[in-house]
Amino acid sequence: MKAQLTEIEAKGKRKFKLRTESTLALLLLVLAVCLTIFTKGFLTGTNLSNLVRQTAINGIVALGMTMVIIAGGIDLSVGSVVGFSGIFAALLMKNGVPVIWAVLLSILVSFIMGGINGFMVFDGRIPPFIATLGSMAIIRGAIMLVSGARMIAGLPKSFLDFAQATVLGFPSLFLVWFFLILFSILLTRHTPFGRNVYTIGSSIEVARLSGINIRLTTYMIYGLSGLMSGIAGILMTSRLANGIPTGGQGYEMDAIASCVIGGASLSGAEGTILGTVMGAFIIATLRNGGNLLGIDPFILQIVNGIIIVAAVYVDQYRKAHQK
Amino acid sequence: MSDYIVEMKNITKTFPGVRALSNVNLSVKKGEVHALVGENGAGKSTLIKILTGAYQKDGGSILFDGREVDIKNPHFSKSIGIHAVYQDIMLAQHLSVGENFFLGELPMNSPFTVDWKKVYSVAGEVLQSLDLKIDPYTLVKNLPVAQQEMVAIAKALYEKSKLMIFDEPTALLTNEESEELFKIIARLKSEGIGIIYISHRLEEVFRFCDTVTILKDGYYIASMPTASINEDDLISMMVGRKIEEMYYFEHHNSPEVVLRVRNLTKGHVFKNINFDLHRGEILGMFGLVGSGRTDIVLSIFGAAKFDEGQISLFGKPVEIKKPKDAIDLGFGLVPENRRTQGLALPLSVKININLLQYKKYSRFGVAINKKHELENARTFIKDLSIKTPTEEAIVRNLSGGNQQKVVISKWLSNKPKVMIFDEPTVGIDVGSKEEIYKLLEKLTQDGTSIIFISSYLPEIIGVSDRILVISEGRQMGIVDRKDASEEYIMRLASGIEETTERIESEAL
Repeated sequence: MKAQLTEIEAKGKRKFKLRTESTLALLLLVLAVCLTIFTKGFLTGTNLSNLVRQTAINGIVALGMTMVIIAGGIDLSVGSVVGFSGIFAALLMKNGVPVIWAVLLSILVSFIMGGINGFMVFDGRIPPFIATLGSMAIIRGAIMLVSGARMIAGLPKSFLDFAQATVLGFPSLFLVWFFLILFSILLTRHTPFGRNVYTIGSSIEVARLSGINIRLTTYMIYGLSGLMSGIAGILMTSRLANGIPTGGQGYEMDAIASCVIGGASLSGAEGTILGTVMGAFIIATLRNGGNLLGIDPFILQIVNGIIIVAAVYVDQYRKAHQK
Repeated sequence: MSDYIVEMKNITKTFPGVRALSNVNLSVKKGEVHALVGENGAGKSTLIKILTGAYQKDGGSILFDGREVDIKNPHFSKSIGIHAVYQDIMLAQHLSVGENFFLGELPMNSPFTVDWKKVYSVAGEVLQSLDLKIDPYTLVKNLPVAQQEMVAIAKALYEKSKLMIFDEPTALLTNEESEELFKIIARLKSEGIGIIYISHRLEEVFRFCDTVTILKDGYYIASMPTASINEDDLISMMVGRKIEEMYYFEHHNSPEVVLRVRNLTKGHVFKNINFDLHRGEILGMFGLVGSGRTDIVLSIFGAAKFDEGQISLFGKPVEIKKPKDAIDLGFGLVPENRRTQGLALPLSVKININLLQYKKYSRFGVAINKKHELENARTFIKDLSIKTPTEEAIVRNLSGGNQQKVVISKWLSNKPKVMIFDEPTVGIDVGSKEEIYKLLEKLTQDGTSIIFISSYLPEIIGVSDRILVISEGRQMGIVDRKDASEEYIMRLASGIEETTERIESEAL
């Protein structure tokens, strides 16, 4: 009788899980079909590659954010790190540093910035929201200082070409994203690190009593979020052909929204990379479709907000009915 | 008007995977102190939570003051006059005593301003009427636990309680504080308030309770006047069998010393703890709540700091600074609170069982060996007969007993040399308990040494080879299995007596 009951419940739950994941895919499909029918420009090569390029940059930031959220944290500084990495690389190149070194150095600095977030959260016991809210402001301020709040133009052509390039018909930005998605899936699903991230997200006390190195894992989680943002910043600068001081502003919101729409729970231990990728696509498709349909961008912003709230509502509803 | 303040009839409650209550009855008269007894997991708290509106009953009826009521939520329960005083007191810690009296309904002297004068004068009067010397202006967090409990009682009294529920009220109190509480309970009784009293301390039940209701495994066993039953019969009704049978198993202790602890001290928490743990031995550790027993094992395990003392394992001094050090040395800990310390609740059975294994069985330390992960999980699900639909099921959905088996599996897969069990049988059903006792036997047979903490005397006497008794952080002695009686252990634990010779001989 006992075993039977648990079995029924577990079955019900599994079915539901399947349903939430496929719901996202279905939603995306419906969106795409509708847009193909109602707009002329949606299903064209130019539009799709444009859509994918724009999604890639936000999508990369969201990958790092997913791991932070699974671990029960949040990283509000990602937008500033995107901006910093972009400006920093631009400055280095402008001052004659070879492209490859400028890129690698910027990514390294972004990784360290993330690591410092991890340090504040673990060693300083500052709630992630506050710690990264602080670093968001600090890093944005640093950007303004080093750039004099001016755009940095005249970057090497080889650098600018990267974002426009295609390989086997795929936009390069998409390929970078794709590679990072694979990397993140491997990391979260097939490594001890990934398991530790989920365990820390369920309970720090359990992780501690199980001998998990929480300090190092926390540094790595926030470091990875910084690293992803750093890569996104480079790609953004290449795509926009300029180092822009306000670049990346508000990206944290898109990233969090992608995770949450994709099923990640802000209370930790729930969420998948695949879900976040779909979340990112849904947001980008809506935005792209709205533009094509000529909907007021302000209204699109409102719709975006409604979707975020609705997604979290569904998440909470699911949890309440799971007990 | 009925003689009874509350009559619960045929109450049934089912949780996913567990039937918590089956046709349980409980009737309390006005001005009666009614004891509710049963082992952990017998269904006492579930029954109480149905009364206070925290849970909804699935079947049965509740008559309150002669009228049938449907208690839908805690608010309704309070409004008809049911109040509960829990171990962990439900007061707003950062507000004053007076404010706590009026939480949510502060008296107003204009539409926008609070009548603070009234708040503090009324609170002061009620406290005084109970002979309590508590200043209503004090913040609750600055009061000792006992006084907080008194405040909670006074508050309930002010809110015109008709039925008061005490859930283990003396667990955190000293003897004198308990006496204070008993006086107040007598006052409540004389005012015609019905009282439900839950306690593991049977001497309290016999001292001032009029009637006792016994629950076992979610079933109603009996209700009777306390005058008509003796303690032994009450216990055997609670456990449903002779205690000796349930705990009987072979002991496998050998003279080899595995763990030696000397002079372990941490400020006021515990002082000068000395013991040897032998190969295959089960060393019980007994003390009342707050005696420091959990702090001692957490310190040994590296999860809490201690000031001084030496720990050696197989004759070699070891330095344990964090849980990882202890785990690497072969320690395991089934912690006191499995839901917050033992299990990653939102994750699967498989991941929980393998938590300690990932580093070890990963290719190059990076890629998880999924085959090994699955095999390891399946082995333990089978060996410990964990009832779960699949290894992918979320741990949160398992019953308490099966959850505890998952925690134990996690540690056993690490092949520990010293296992610490901190209250491993709290809140799990009798069947799982017996399986855990059997597992203890098997572990000791394989040479694992065990430290076993329990608050339940028959259990700790039943399973331990020796029992180390702690009272307020002091080691009162180590009692041999053959010398152990509930009375003797309790005398040691309450600090009345101590066995000095034993401490000295162990310290050599």
